[in-house]
Amino acid sequence: MCLGVPGKVVSIEASAVDMPMGIVSFAGITKEVCFAYTPDVKVGEYVLVHVGFAISKLDEDHALEVFRTLKEMGELEGLDVPQPSGGGAP
Amino acid sequence: MKFVDEYRREEDAQAFVRAIRAKVTRPWTLMEICGGQTHTLLRSGIDRMLPPEIALVHGPGCPVCVTPLTQIDRALAIAERPNVIFTSFGDMLRVPGSTTDLLTVKAKGGDVRMVYSPLDAVTLAQQNPGREVVFFAVGFETTAPANAMAVKRAKQLGLSNFSILASHVLVPPAIEAILSSPLNRVQGFLLAGHVCTVMGWTEYEPLGERFRIPMVVTGFEPLDLLQGIYMAVDALENGRTGVQNQYVRTVSREGNPAARAVVNEVFETCDRAWRGIGVIPKSGYRLRPGYAAYDATLRFEVGAITTEEPKECIAGEIMQGLKRPSACTAFGTRCTPEHPLGAPMVSSEGACAAYWLYARA
Amino acid sequence: MAEAKPPSPPPDLGAALAAASCPVPAGSAAETILMAHGGGGRLTQRLIESVLLPAFDNPALRELHDGAILEAGGLRLAFSTDSFVIHPLFFPGGDIGSLAVHGTVNDLAMCGAQPLALSAGLILEEGLPVADLTRIVASMRRAADGASVSIVTGDTKVVDRGKGDGVFVNVTGVGIVPPGVVISPRRARAGDVVLVSGEIAVHGIAIMSLREGLRFETTLESDSAALNGLVKDLLAAAGDAVHVLRDPTRGGVASTLNEIAGQAAVGIRLEEAKLPLAEEVRGACEILGLDPLYVANEGKLLAIVAPEAEGAALAAVRAHPLGAKAAAIGTVVAEGPGRVTLRSRIGGVRVVDLLTGEQLPRIC
Repeated sequence: MCLGVPGKVVSIEASAVDMPMGIVSFAGITKEVCFAYTPDVKVGEYVLVHVGFAISKLDEDHALEVFRTLKEMGELEGLDVPQPSGGGAP
Repeated sequence: MKFVDEYRREEDAQAFVRAIRAKVTRPWTLMEICGGQTHTLLRSGIDRMLPPEIALVHGPGCPVCVTPLTQIDRALAIAERPNVIFTSFGDMLRVPGSTTDLLTVKAKGGDVRMVYSPLDAVTLAQQNPGREVVFFAVGFETTAPANAMAVKRAKQLGLSNFSILASHVLVPPAIEAILSSPLNRVQGFLLAGHVCTVMGWTEYEPLGERFRIPMVVTGFEPLDLLQGIYMAVDALENGRTGVQNQYVRTVSREGNPAARAVVNEVFETCDRAWRGIGVIPKSGYRLRPGYAAYDATLRFEVGAITTEEPKECIAGEIMQGLKRPSACTAFGTRCTPEHPLGAPMVSSEGACAAYWLYARA
Repeated sequence: MAEAKPPSPPPDLGAALAAASCPVPAGSAAETILMAHGGGGRLTQRLIESVLLPAFDNPALRELHDGAILEAGGLRLAFSTDSFVIHPLFFPGGDIGSLAVHGTVNDLAMCGAQPLALSAGLILEEGLPVADLTRIVASMRRAADGASVSIVTGDTKVVDRGKGDGVFVNVTGVGIVPPGVVISPRRARAGDVVLVSGEIAVHGIAIMSLREGLRFETTLESDSAALNGLVKDLLAAAGDAVHVLRDPTRGGVASTLNEIAGQAAVGIRLEEAKLPLAEEVRGACEILGLDPLYVANEGKLLAIVAPEAEGAALAAVRAHPLGAKAAAIGTVVAEGPGRVTLRSRIGGVRVVDLLTGEQLPRIC
């Protein structure tokens, strides 16, 4: 299932050890999130949140992978690649 | 928004489109599993940007769509009870059962409430000790850790008025069923990136080997999907099979072991009926005997439920990628989002609704 | 569609009719009112078309604009009504009272009219604290003063506890349309530019943040405001080049533009990258899985203007405090009459259709 949104960890409550909770900010909107599945998360890091649970941490370095690939492709593009016609008009 | 906006830039998207066009030399049929991916593909118009050689079919990745009619009817029967607070994600509210749906039950006086997280349902149970709170636990593996934790929490808190109606479905058995069909045309898969965030991708490796098929773990932003499609096409053009990972910023091969541990503590696998497809062995989760107290199917006796699927609905064939929504004789006439015959027309992620909303000429 | 039963057709014709593919799905007549009927989408449209229009039918009503235009003694009057049932009664940025006043003032403004007078009908639930009522009517007074109009008459009723959501407010208003000003969806033509007066989806998200089960913390406030001053400036700057005005309330920008496209029989093409969207609104839409195009707005308007007036129109709107973030977001096109399409951020194209009912948050 699908809707997972990246957000920035704003605060972590120490309270319940097995169900640590905290606040995550999504472009300024903050929501309470459960960190049980990302127990070593720190304030300032980014997590992927699904139905109120952080299910993974976002890796900044890996996040740039797509752009490295694009850059490599861009270098290959110097060799005449045919341009698509239009932009997908209906 | 960080980790979001970067994956929505036009020039990058167009670069991938050009690369895909340059790479493709023959027709290929790809399937994406996850309704959220269908949503992005159609919402961004990617489906129309791809070269005509690439056919994208939408798989059964909409848990709303595959929840069996009996389960929905059971949910409706429970929701109609006066002492019940029936909680659900927004997705399930409009799905038609045999005779009604949750929103109509609400209109007639049922206490049906939308929640964002299963923990909200647990909180409701705490706040309403005299009422029975039931949570409709629909979802793939992505949502199972959250639902499992909610049940654990209820147990910790000693709540006696909380239960879940579990309707979890698992992706790998569905893929196996699709690939095993003699009518299968799918040659490559875009795997659901958030399912794999939890589960990793080890379960797909044997499938990739057995069926000699490439599979790419793919994210949900436009750039993710374009890169995923590029990687799949590249593998197909070069005769490579097996699993690759596009969604590296959040998915690892092992997934999230902590999440899986809690899921395994609370749930066990079971056979499940998929609406429109039939029973797929070991394709669902049910609560373990130790958590029977939180199982709404045991707690509520709802009597005999006669389910009646509309005969014209071809949801099963659509979800297996055998037909497009436009091939259905009822599409757009007897079956529309206002008067849906089957779940894929109601759920915003269902293939039929997505076609209706985004792609109708 | 009228519910009147036709006389039984002869058997073979009946069979043919039964087999025919009808563009309207069978069984579309709802038996009970659903929340979705109030959502501003297809079901609302159906209710109006199938129940309300046939009952009241007359030329002024058939225009289905925000207000009706009536001729009386050489003047053109704009006449409009709006009812508010919002819960909670008080929210960041306003309350049911200010919302109701702004709503009707804006309906009149969307006809090009300055408000002349308002009425207020209040339906109060037994048990409502008088302090709340005092607060609400004070807010209504402030809102009316801000729009340079008075509430000149009204009515009050009380219903049993449990039969009303605290307060239901109806505000009805009348205004005068200046001579020569003709604002109507029928004036939209290919080549016109679609403008929005500011950031979209603010009101709907601000209200949703208070909704049980979806609560989140935000600094967002409802953008409810009276737009008659802004409209005055716009008309002064662009005059007759202003073809259509409408405020995209429930159902959002998408629903409103679909209505206009349908009424005007034109196509509308939007540019996703040009939609003004506040960061927090984006964040909320992302986590709830909502499309901002379908989320309600208040205190915002859509204007369809002749292309040569785009510059003057935008300048006038941006100069007004309520229009600082105004932008051109699309164009009217001849292709695909009645249809709204959108060029996505990445350069693809999709249809922006009416939803059936309210847009619901999703997890999938």
